[in-house]
Amino acid sequence: MTVLLSDQRTVQSAEDVVAIRQAVRQRAVEMGFNLVDQTKIVTAASELARNTLQHGGGGRVTIEAVESFGRRGIRLTFEDEGPGIPDVELAMKDGFTTGGGLGLGLSGARRLSSDFSIESAPGKGTRVTITRWR
Amino acid sequence: MNEQSVLHDLVSRNEAEIVQRWIERQLGASSFRSDRISKLELSEQSRRFLSLFRQSISSGSADIHSPAWVNTRQLLEELSVSRAQQGFSPAETALFVFSLKQTLFEGLQDQLSTDPKAASVMILETDQLLDKLGLFTTEVYQRGREQVIIRQQQELMELSTPVVTLWEGVLALPVIGTLDSSRTQVVMENLLQRIVETGAAIAIIDITGVPTVDTLTAQHLLKTVAAARLMGADCIISGIRPQIAQTIVHLGVDLGSVMTKATLADAFTIALRRLGLGVTKVGAAKKRPEPEAPGRASTERAED
Amino acid sequence: MERIPILKMGEYLLVTIQVDMHDRLAMTLQDDLTTRIVDARAKGVLIDISALEIVDSFIGRMLADIAAMSRVLDAETVVVGMRPAVAITLVELGLSLTGVRTALNVERGMALLRERIRERSSE
Repeated sequence: MTVLLSDQRTVQSAEDVVAIRQAVRQRAVEMGFNLVDQTKIVTAASELARNTLQHGGGGRVTIEAVESFGRRGIRLTFEDEGPGIPDVELAMKDGFTTGGGLGLGLSGARRLSSDFSIESAPGKGTRVTITRWR
Repeated sequence: MNEQSVLHDLVSRNEAEIVQRWIERQLGASSFRSDRISKLELSEQSRRFLSLFRQSISSGSADIHSPAWVNTRQLLEELSVSRAQQGFSPAETALFVFSLKQTLFEGLQDQLSTDPKAASVMILETDQLLDKLGLFTTEVYQRGREQVIIRQQQELMELSTPVVTLWEGVLALPVIGTLDSSRTQVVMENLLQRIVETGAAIAIIDITGVPTVDTLTAQHLLKTVAAARLMGADCIISGIRPQIAQTIVHLGVDLGSVMTKATLADAFTIALRRLGLGVTKVGAAKKRPEPEAPGRASTERAED
Repeated sequence: MERIPILKMGEYLLVTIQVDMHDRLAMTLQDDLTTRIVDARAKGVLIDISALEIVDSFIGRMLADIAAMSRVLDAETVVVGMRPAVAITLVELGLSLTGVRTALNVERGMALLRERIRERSSE
């Protein structure tokens, strides 16, 4: 996978979340995603940005335009040095059923993306990466 | 990398000559298809490739997926696509890159004639580099074919899920075939677009043409219903065949509060009723005139 | 502090969300709305989201909460103008907002509100 463009932003405030939505939207438009796909990736970004802010105590996001074997995609990596998630699987399942906070954001982001991966452990912070291919 | 700079030296000092010899080699090969590609086009492509190749190797990187190779990759992508369109096989397309090897090897041997060991190391490295590039064209070709298939599937899906206006405010969506997740996306987009365009308040999703309804299909249906509802339109699912009804119950599929009807006609009746409309007869039905019996006067006269 | 304006039209309150709201603004709207419903003795609330390009789980839940809160305060809520791409994404996200009444546009929304209020007053 090649990274064509990379842009990093902080996630420290509610205003940052709005700015990130707009930045992801712009990148998605530039890359020629259709409207529904644009909406999905921006919404996923919003979910994860909020998680980073509220559960991770703030962090950063890297917005990348990537290419793999002729296919273009947009990749977002959210990182924080927060408390970490003890049981990721449980959190994602819970969120789905109770419809609240962290879990819904993660499972929602996964559903809205082509690829999803998460690394998190108590005391080790959290890193979530999502990719949407064109 | 020391080795890369040797190759870069060779190519930048003898670029014109290398291109010429390479083009001649390609044109002289038995595999050259003069009916498919012109000499001019081939020459132009070869010139451009060698120029970009030279620029990429000046970076010293042998990783063809690194940013230093992005322009070269782009050219190969374009080339792969156009060759495919011109009717070349992926192997024939890859030959474009592989045919450069011989010319470069000859050049390297000349350049390093005093150091055969260095020459053989360089030749091996160049061989591997061009192999990667040749294989890249094959992968792009593959992906190109996949894209065509995906696009055709998409078109087929759109054609097979028309949205029909049954009456003002009532849409019908006859679904034919299986409802997988990508099909559902198309169905949802079409339906919602039509709801916006027509302002319809009711959408009938007819699944007579759907062979089986398992849990996943039911989920897709429910998603579509939920999306339409968010746009202010209610859905009725019709065309539930007896076998489907059985499967739904056996699988424990929960269709929630969505109304279901066996036939499209039933669903349409409900839709009309909800809109406060009904169907009425216009005027009395005309009786068909009976043929007159021979010699018989009209009935009125009989009373005389 | 910036706020989203709430218009009073007789017994109804009309809110048009035109900006990409950050979370604080959304919470302020929720507070303002519940206060106005009581102050104006409103019977209906119409929320126009036709300008929203994104509705994520936070905004989605805000809408659901507003609908629930107004019901407790004896008012009906209708959300209108959701864009197709937003509806598809919300459903994919797993939020169907079942407790929220929706309509295609403001006109339909008002008609729905009138109908619902009429139904309720005859109960």
